[in-house]
Amino acid sequence: MMQLAARLWDRLTENIDGTLMLTAVLILALGLFTLYSAAYENPARLQGQLVNIGVACTAMWIAARVPPQTLMRYAVPIYVLGLLLLVAVALFGETVNGARRWLHVGVVRFQPSEIMKIAMPLMLAWYFQRREATLQVRDYLVAALILAVPALLIARQPDLGTALLVLAAGFYVIFLAGLSWRLIVPVAVLGAIGLVAIIVFESQICQPDVVWPGFKAYQKGRVCTLLDPTTDPLGRGFHIIQATIAVGSGGLTGKGWLEGTQTHLEFIPERSTDFIFAVFSEEFGLLGNAVLLVLYLLLLGRGFYIAAGAPTFFARLLAGAITLIFFTYAFVNMGMVSGILPVVGVPLPLVSYGGTALVTLFLGLGILMSIQKHRKLVQS
Amino acid sequence: MSYGEFRDLDGDLRRFQVRLGVAGAVVLGAFLVLLGRFAYLQLLQHDYYKTKAEDNRISIVPVVPNRGLILDRNGIVLARNESQYTLEINPRQVTNLEQTINELAAVVEILPRDRNRFRKLRQEIKGADSLPIRTRLSDEEVARFAANAYRFPGVEIKARLFRSYPFGATASHALGYIGRISDRDLERLEADGLIANYKGSDFIGKSGVEATYERELHGTTGTAQVEIDAGGRGIRTLSSTAPVAGNNLVLTLDIKLQEVAEQAFGKFRGALVAIDPTTGGVLAFVSRPGYDPNLFVDGIDPQSWQALNEDENKPLNNRALSGAYPPGSTIKPFMALMALQLGKRTPEYTISDPGFYMLAGLARPFRDWKVGGHGAVNLHKSIVVSCDTYYYGLAADMDVDQQHAFLSQLGFGSPSGIDIDGEKGGLLPSREWKKKRFKRPDEQKWYVGDSVSVGIGQGYLLATPLQLAFASAIVANNGIVYRPHVVSQVVDARSGEARRIEPQPARTVALNQKWVDLVKAAMVDVTRPGGTAARAGAGALYKFAGKTGTAQVIAMKQGEKYDEKKVAERHRDHALFVAFAPAENPTIALGILVENGGHGSGTAAPIARTVLDYYLLGKVPDKKPELDADAPEG
Repeated sequence: MMQLAARLWDRLTENIDGTLMLTAVLILALGLFTLYSAAYENPARLQGQLVNIGVACTAMWIAARVPPQTLMRYAVPIYVLGLLLLVAVALFGETVNGARRWLHVGVVRFQPSEIMKIAMPLMLAWYFQRREATLQVRDYLVAALILAVPALLIARQPDLGTALLVLAAGFYVIFLAGLSWRLIVPVAVLGAIGLVAIIVFESQICQPDVVWPGFKAYQKGRVCTLLDPTTDPLGRGFHIIQATIAVGSGGLTGKGWLEGTQTHLEFIPERSTDFIFAVFSEEFGLLGNAVLLVLYLLLLGRGFYIAAGAPTFFARLLAGAITLIFFTYAFVNMGMVSGILPVVGVPLPLVSYGGTALVTLFLGLGILMSIQKHRKLVQS
Repeated sequence: MSYGEFRDLDGDLRRFQVRLGVAGAVVLGAFLVLLGRFAYLQLLQHDYYKTKAEDNRISIVPVVPNRGLILDRNGIVLARNESQYTLEINPRQVTNLEQTINELAAVVEILPRDRNRFRKLRQEIKGADSLPIRTRLSDEEVARFAANAYRFPGVEIKARLFRSYPFGATASHALGYIGRISDRDLERLEADGLIANYKGSDFIGKSGVEATYERELHGTTGTAQVEIDAGGRGIRTLSSTAPVAGNNLVLTLDIKLQEVAEQAFGKFRGALVAIDPTTGGVLAFVSRPGYDPNLFVDGIDPQSWQALNEDENKPLNNRALSGAYPPGSTIKPFMALMALQLGKRTPEYTISDPGFYMLAGLARPFRDWKVGGHGAVNLHKSIVVSCDTYYYGLAADMDVDQQHAFLSQLGFGSPSGIDIDGEKGGLLPSREWKKKRFKRPDEQKWYVGDSVSVGIGQGYLLATPLQLAFASAIVANNGIVYRPHVVSQVVDARSGEARRIEPQPARTVALNQKWVDLVKAAMVDVTRPGGTAARAGAGALYKFAGKTGTAQVIAMKQGEKYDEKKVAERHRDHALFVAFAPAENPTIALGILVENGGHGSGTAAPIARTVLDYYLLGKVPDKKPELDADAPEG
């Protein structure tokens, strides 16, 4: 009997990567504690999040059993399906809060742009694997096109945050595939100069009558509010100011679990979703933040390790990109809450309440595990 | 597979691993930036943000003090704070106000005036948490609502302190009332630097003692440190400093005397001021009709306000201190005193009154009220029978500015300084006044004819009922002047320590006691057989000094016969009376005006008798005095 149970356990966990799973579970645990405090007035959220975790883990378990070769085979169909859905959204999508992001299928409402976060690196990794032997400048242009079309469709919804995440995912693949430094360095330098210019000329370009080409008014507002939150202390600036106060007032050791005044007196908006890091930071302080950063680094380090040891170009690119997407989520969210990045709708990975992001992230972890477990099978 | 291909793949792998290394470095760098940001916020800036979070969390909430009580001279409460149940609606928690109020009306009585007041309050106080739809709920109504409370989210029963005036309209013009703080009140509080003490206060004294003693009555607002959430709702109190209740006021007023005086007026409009001549303390302060100050305390509804303002009897007018009337013959004792004091008349000086007075250069005579005249009249008789002719001549012999100087000392022509707002100074004419008042040079000149009219209390001369009482009190007290006042003591609400207000003599009018006694004796004879107030004085058990007066409401041409019966009630003369008693040692002085009361002897003098009988003898009037507006002259 015991033997049977042990064998079943082995069978269930044979594709699960211990290191990834352990760090993920630790982060999940911190997240649940934080969510308990953040959603004190709405205990149902905790149960909801447990269900989300269950679903996400199942998705991960399945993904971990799918060999990379199979993934490669489905890369193109998934990408094309995602693209078609994005077109469908543009044509028949449901408009919520002025943005056309949602698609109704029966009773389920979902954002097809979410699919692209996985589909994009899959597709590009597949493409570079195909062109591996004869990689030329032309291939990078094609890759740029594969990347640009869905990114533009998402940006037009408009959903700048997701568009940037999809762009980032694609860029990671292209970068890891070996995009010439001669192209990367000038763009990076230009971007840095632009960023400095925006900060220096903030007061001029944020005048109400100045129109930013290619930006919606609310997007301009988000950037301007980040540059100077005091211009709008009760509106957009309120989020940033109150979140920064929460983080700062946490101090070295934090106010203690369930003791955050900013949290419990409802000064922090979106405190169980996008701004949950403010709650964590207020209650656990700088030490808590350091622990969380270390856990993320452990998870990312394992991802890099898997990428570095992956047998095929496809697997390497995919693993590297997924790891970097994970990093992007974490960095953008924490940067936003602590007031160094504009407010974009990016959750804190494995901590924020919400099923969609959790499933996407765990799918990514599942793919990483699959790559790690199927390494030898390919080599032999 | 060729060797070359292997090398190529190795190169790919190496290049990829370099790229991965770069990415890893970026990741590490980015996390270090985050860690630096966290350290900056949580270590370097920690104190700043900690304070910010505390400021967020804690709000200083004012705790409104209880308003001081107002008591009469015997300790009877005239204004108090009553805990009342109010039914209050939080407009932000109720989606359909109209419907909710309609449903509430089925549970507790809600009158149209309640709805109107609620609407008015809603407009005046934007963003209020709680507004009363009904005040003064009965216990039964409270119980009925409690049983139905589940149907009305956002509607609550609250116990609140309300100002209450248990005597209603009685003494309303002395007490005044409180009302909701208006924008103008706020400006004044701001200018006086008192605005901080009114945080959280809804009410302020609007008139009467409630207004003049606002600073004493209000008290000091306390504070509570309350933890609040982002929506501004209080969660719990952290610490507090208790408010200091307002000081209590003890009035000089005797509420029983006040009731007797007000009832004595019957249906008549008018005013009465009773002063203790030895202190200046106001014993009764009547302005009829009054109004119920209770109407104002929870916000007066528009209808009641309109009714009070449009009432042709003008109940909101404080006649006692702002109504200026010709004093008529009540001025005569003061004129006589002046003439004696200034040497213009001797007690022995006697005229022969033919019933009129001829002024050199004027063809038209000034008529005495008594056709045929009073015969031989000396100063004593001139007061007793109220001889006009005597005073025409007396006034003609006076210099108007001398007269102005003397009568000013008795309080005419300027406010007495009573501690109730809105006092008018009446009008005591002088050359200077006439020059300023008129434009044309011939009008600006003072004529002897002007003086002659003033001699019998007509012409330009105007006085308030308070001034008449004040002048009587000064004479009664032999020239020693005490400023009239309504409040005698301010009692500290906590220590019970009483601060007395006055009475120190404000000044002394230099009067020869011989002349004062002479005038007093004549005034006593006014109320005795042969005097104009003989009827009112009949059977008085004390020495009752008085003087009747009649003031014309519409100007009559000299010589025109005046028939009261034919004149509409509103055009009937005003009746006046000044008095003090007991004459040898006066403890009360009166100034009385009865609007359209006819002659002083018929209406005003009986009121005086009723008041004096109660005050001096404790005699409660068993029936309303018969006031006779058609009585013969006095």
